[in-house]
Amino acid sequence: MQLSREALLNAYRAMKTIREFEERLHVEIQTGEIAGFTHLYCGQEAVAVGVCEHLGTQDRIVSTHRGHGHCLAKGCDVDGMMKEIWGSREGLCKGKGGSMHIADIDKGMLGANGIVGAGAPIAVGAALASRADGPGPDGMKVAIAFSGDGACNQGTTFEAMNLAVVTQAPCIFVFENNHYSEHTGVSYAVGTNRDIASRAEAFGMKAWRADGTDFFAVHETMREVLDHVRGGGGPAAVEFDTERFFGHFEGDPQRYRGPGEIERIRAERDCLTRFRNAVTAAGLLDHGDIDALDAQVLGTIEAAVAAARAAPRPTADDVLADVYISY
Amino acid sequence: MTKMMYRDAVLSTIMEEMARDPDVVVLGEDVVGGMGTAGGPEAIGGIWSTSTGLYDRFGPGRVIDTPISESAIMGAAAGLALSGKRPVAELMFADFIGVSLDQLWNQIAKFRYMFGGKTRCPAVIRMAYGAGFNAAAQHSQSVHQILTGMPGLKVVMPSTPADVKGLLRTAIRDDDPVIFLEHKALYATSGEVPDDPDFMIPFGHARLSRAGGDVTLVSSGLLLGMCEAVADRLAAEGIGCDVIDLRTTSPLDEETILDSVEVTGRVVVVDEAPPRCGLAADLCALVAEMAFSSLKAPPQQVTPPHTPIPFARELESAYLPSVDKIEAAVRRVLAWR
Ligand SMILES: Cc1ncc(C[n+]2csc(CCOP(=O)(O)OP(=O)(O)O)c2C)c(N)n1
Ligand SMILES: [Mg+2]
Repeated sequence: MQLSREALLNAYRAMKTIREFEERLHVEIQTGEIAGFTHLYCGQEAVAVGVCEHLGTQDRIVSTHRGHGHCLAKGCDVDGMMKEIWGSREGLCKGKGGSMHIADIDKGMLGANGIVGAGAPIAVGAALASRADGPGPDGMKVAIAFSGDGACNQGTTFEAMNLAVVTQAPCIFVFENNHYSEHTGVSYAVGTNRDIASRAEAFGMKAWRADGTDFFAVHETMREVLDHVRGGGGPAAVEFDTERFFGHFEGDPQRYRGPGEIERIRAERDCLTRFRNAVTAAGLLDHGDIDALDAQVLGTIEAAVAAARAAPRPTADDVLADVYISY
Repeated sequence: MTKMMYRDAVLSTIMEEMARDPDVVVLGEDVVGGMGTAGGPEAIGGIWSTSTGLYDRFGPGRVIDTPISESAIMGAAAGLALSGKRPVAELMFADFIGVSLDQLWNQIAKFRYMFGGKTRCPAVIRMAYGAGFNAAAQHSQSVHQILTGMPGLKVVMPSTPADVKGLLRTAIRDDDPVIFLEHKALYATSGEVPDDPDFMIPFGHARLSRAGGDVTLVSSGLLLGMCEAVADRLAAEGIGCDVIDLRTTSPLDEETILDSVEVTGRVVVVDEAPPRCGLAADLCALVAEMAFSSLKAPPQQVTPPHTPIPFARELESAYLPSVDKIEAAVRRVLAWR
């Protein structure tokens, strides 16, 4: 189905926001100002955006350690995220969580997660809540579990898939296959001949496969998947073949990459370039439209970094707050 | 003696024990690294570089890269151990015991007792623990408090490269399951390590790292160094600290603690794990129970508060014990009357 001009602009803006957010962090991290472990989502933007463009705040997602893209695509505040990554008390988690634990429950973003494989069962729980609530005017609310090719090897992920099938929970398992879990390749670690979707099929759900660096492929596939799940067809899975542009974590020497691999994926598999080429070739948007968005996004990120730098720091008293609810 | 880093003491001990005993096998995530290929330059040998070169030397039968599956890693270690091997399994971060807990708690820890003493389970489970890197609530924890509470496990927390060498060798040769806790902030620290290929440190023998006689400080792992720093500060004022490095929390060397407290009458226990039902509380109870008549002041604990570990720099440093906090506790017990 043809996307409107506005939808195209929104999708590009969302992907570009993730890209610039991450590219900027990549630079800022080298200065030593940002503490902790940061895993960048660059290269995978089309997946987060192509999935989340279909969702409303009533739909819920559960993310991973590489969560910035999912958070941004689900509508988390750019400034609030940047402040969290900087450890400010004005951050989305008041500086308690940092990059790996950004959450915004009101936006339907149930958390990035430091424990690989922890997310899928949580998403099933969210889907069971939707099932209990029953369908609304837009059909069934869904829950999405984002998982990597590494996370798909955890027993938790298997258990979650089976639970979703036996309960027919409106849950969608989105597997982002970026070919690596830390240093280990998917060809080694995933026994089903690199194929993750077939595992989901084996558990008894319908599964799709698509190119995760092609926004339009992701978006169109997700439309089918969501029609199936919102229509009461039970859980589903999608495997997106995608690329991670940076190291596993910031500072990773990436000796496991093949020669020229990073240059090749940047040149041939960049979802933003592919989007620009596709929409300009089809005459849907022109370069000027996209350049204007680029400039706008750069401004947003620049402002977010300045705000994060200037934001108030937490104090020792904050350590004890929010362990429990205070009545 | 050879000067080496804590992390190299881990690696060299595993290397030596694998060379000595063909039953020693290593498994874990990225322990080969680099797509599970044959030890080429892309193979990182574990994210802590504590298995670098093992795959090259001992091959795929004995150095096993696993998918991200901690439950299976732990269970496979159990099965290997019950089948005559000596697995040395690595959990990248101690926090991931959560994923593998059943295999550790209900399986590995209990086999020998449940099976009426008829079996051995010589598994070593190594894991990197501890805070100080702003790695937040799921990548910073000290888990010895939980694991020490599990009957059937031995729990080791070396604080120096020499102790890594002596205690890890003992762990690998021990026929019981051993949890070997490596503090992330110690990996890059250096120290002299004995060259004797059979150098071993028996479990349950604490080390007196400073002798002073006025007050007893008990700790282990990273915080031991902070206790030593406090002892050195106070020595300048003529105050003598006994600093005890527990080395193992299970078995526990009660005697060394009690002997010291009987002389000093004052004790401060310093621990990185949360306070409730923890090691520090346990040791304070021990002293109160067994050395009550020697006490000149109530035993004191220095631990983080009862909260998860926060991310931001200011929060994490407020959360953690520090030299200043330990010194303040020592001054409290000294001033008590
Ligand atoms: C339970 C658990 N095991 C191991 C890790 C360490 N770790 C963090 S990310 C990662 C790789 C995850 O790979 P994948 O699921 O493919 O996600 P990607 O990093 O490619 O986004 C590993 C092993 C962890 N955080 N949690
Ligand atoms: Mg991956």
